[in-house]
Amino acid sequence: MMLSLTCITIVAGAALAGVNMLTEETINAQKEAQKQAAISAVLPEHARIADAEEAEGLVIYRAYDADEQFVGAAVQTETNGFGGKIKLMVGFDADNRIVDYAILEHAETPGLGSHIVHWFKNADKPSQNIIGRKADGHMTVSKDGGEVDAITAATISSRAFLGAVNAAYAGLHGHDAYTGASKQHHPAPEAEEAELADPDAQIGATVPAEGVDSIAAGENEANQIVKPE
Amino acid sequence: MNNSSKTLLNGIFKENPTFALVLGMCPTLATTTSAINGMSMGLATMFVLVCSNVVISLLKNLIPDKVRIPAFIVVIATFVTIVEMLMKAYTPAIYDVLGLFIPLIVVNCIVLGRAEAFAAKNSVGLSALDGIGMGLGFTLSLTVIGIIRELLGAGTCFGMHLVPDNYGMLLFVLAPGAFIVLGLLMGLFQKYVKK
Repeated sequence: MMLSLTCITIVAGAALAGVNMLTEETINAQKEAQKQAAISAVLPEHARIADAEEAEGLVIYRAYDADEQFVGAAVQTETNGFGGKIKLMVGFDADNRIVDYAILEHAETPGLGSHIVHWFKNADKPSQNIIGRKADGHMTVSKDGGEVDAITAATISSRAFLGAVNAAYAGLHGHDAYTGASKQHHPAPEAEEAELADPDAQIGATVPAEGVDSIAAGENEANQIVKPE
Repeated sequence: MNNSSKTLLNGIFKENPTFALVLGMCPTLATTTSAINGMSMGLATMFVLVCSNVVISLLKNLIPDKVRIPAFIVVIATFVTIVEMLMKAYTPAIYDVLGLFIPLIVVNCIVLGRAEAFAAKNSVGLSALDGIGMGLGFTLSLTVIGIIRELLGAGTCFGMHLVPDNYGMLLFVLAPGAFIVLGLLMGLFQKYVKK
């Protein structure tokens, strides 16, 4: 009894190991090809793509032209949508205009949220199109007072999508602002809380980063003053 | 009608897994949002059904009765994992859509059901035919449900636009549509096909 079950599992294990060996390379190649296709699809014309930079859950690919001038960047980001994780690649040009985006992975409702794949790049419908818009990190759906029309009956997916695009923008510029400074920046617990509490902080860029620093510093000073007493 | 063609057709008509046996409803309802998804799910299940039926039929005298269920599950899970890896490697687009439902073929009642009810008692050849018949029945049912839901829900058929853009009764793409289409088809099947 034990023997036959053991034999079956050993054979099954060996078969799976074999198939895994055969397919592993192709699977990885497929994933890589999909990512590369997305990167070049969302970037403006470029001659060279710099190595990936990873920052706070984002992956940034900066692109340069033949004269080594920065022409734009593709940012890979992910967020939680309505049906699960949405993973996407957004491309910005040097003026922060959105060049294009590509959804790498999503689990939104077919027929509703799944329209994120093409909804926001419809040149015939300017109110829902984000291609060519200048990213400012504050894009919201019209229901929330923004300028982008959400997908019909899929506002949550649309919010998640725009949130991810905003995060990509913030990551791109936050990272810029942090270079050098980020090494000395040790966020105290208070600073992290402040970052979460302050909606602007999530949108990032230079100002909130300084703001967080000063808040943290302020807290420290307060502590120092309190202690002697 | 001889024995083998009877076995083959049994799965498509008399004991159609979806409309007559009503087994494996979870993938049936969940993956039939479009014709191509339903068909891919059906074909993946068919592959697993045929392979597991053959192997279990071969091993039926070697597996003691007491451990037959775990042994069947190991065999089925092995083939499902193989399908999953093959789809990831060669049809990534379909794998992305079906995703979670591929590993769930393991617990599809129709696969274990045929292993237990047919393959464990019949010859290798007949078990293979039963797997093909059942698989075809399952694939056809899922494809038909998928075609109807896609046509009513999105106005397309296998991704081709048949009606002007932006048409769609969303209800049919969502879960209630799956139940409505399945229920109506099951009724029609019972009345006209099964007899």
